[in-house]
Amino acid sequence: MSLSHTLLALLERGPRHGYDLKQEFDAQFGQDRPLHYGQVYATLARLLKNGLVEVDAVEHGGGPERKRYAITTAGVTDVEEWLSQPESPALYLHSTLYTKVVLALLTGRDAAAVLDAQRAAHLDLMRTLTRRKTRGDLADALICDHAIFHLEADLRWLELTSARLDRLAEEVRS
Amino acid sequence: MTGDAPLLTARDLSKAYGTTRALDGVSLDVRAGEILAVMGPSGSGKSTLMHCLAGIVRPDSGELRYRDRDLIAASDAERSALRRGEFGFVFQFGQLVPELTCLENVALPLRMEGVRRKEAERRAAYWLERLDVADVAGKRPGQASGGQGQRVAIARALVTEPSVVFADEPTGALDSLNGEMVMRLLTECAEQSRTAVVLVTHEPSVAAYSHREIVVRDGRIRTSAGSAR
Repeated sequence: MSLSHTLLALLERGPRHGYDLKQEFDAQFGQDRPLHYGQVYATLARLLKNGLVEVDAVEHGGGPERKRYAITTAGVTDVEEWLSQPESPALYLHSTLYTKVVLALLTGRDAAAVLDAQRAAHLDLMRTLTRRKTRGDLADALICDHAIFHLEADLRWLELTSARLDRLAEEVRS
Repeated sequence: MTGDAPLLTARDLSKAYGTTRALDGVSLDVRAGEILAVMGPSGSGKSTLMHCLAGIVRPDSGELRYRDRDLIAASDAERSALRRGEFGFVFQFGQLVPELTCLENVALPLRMEGVRRKEAERRAAYWLERLDVADVAGKRPGQASGGQGQRVAIARALVTEPSVVFADEPTGALDSLNGEMVMRLLTECAEQSRTAVVLVTHEPSVAAYSHREIVVRDGRIRTSAGSAR
């Protein structure tokens, strides 16, 4: 999963401090592994350097100054490209796909299109493996089968998620 | 493949059953030799789409042509003749006639077209051989295994050398190994004879035998993808 794209997409919903960004990330995606503050600030520094976010306010309180970050136009384009590009089909992609679907819903994009693009990429690889399997020897067939069954599991997840998009949208936006 | 004129052309097809819109503005082409997977969850409209394309169900609106023939304007008799002569069908459960032998089942579509028994059975035997089930020729369908029965059903679909075979969940009742054999034989035979196959399935591993897929959801096509051969 790309942390910089995820934080960028969360910022698209409105400017935030690093602290709020970490809280929001943990609430949506941090079930197993909450983010460390160090990761958030290092990522924001990189995004700032690349012109994908900017500092839109600095608060001077009693403690250290607090910067509020906002996404730039280049940042929005970057999120758009990342969401529309299917992941290269590999095993155990589900966390990246889940993140993309949730972010598409949060940023008002077509989450079904994210799933459709991924399904097409997965089926294309299955097609290649199926062709290789029918033309190869038994060893080849067994190797291809292993990969095909794993892709099939991903595809089932894609199908089920497609059917549950409305409910997921309600939950992540609440 | 892209240079050929389409065999089947559907434009903006819609079909409703009562207040349920089974198809809602579907457009697609099916070309000779193409294996097209029609995917989608139960109730998405994929079977209605297949039934419309095969001239079994008449759409409420839109255009539907097979070669230069208008399938919507065609009479029931014309559509029936088209289904017998130009199209082949494979269903989830072979739907073979239990009283006839496997050879007679395969010869049946030819007999209905008026081909003499001896010639019909000679051609049926050829297709049973192609599908590697020559050994069940003299048996009734009930005496053959599920996988054998489905291969007999494919032989029956191909015996008239149709332009398009419509296959509705053809491996739905088979285990993985038999399903794989059925799909391999169906697609090999279709490719060799440039028969188009419209393959309705919700199984990705079956759709993977196609050249491209469309996904139907709520009566509409979501995507059209797939690699060229």
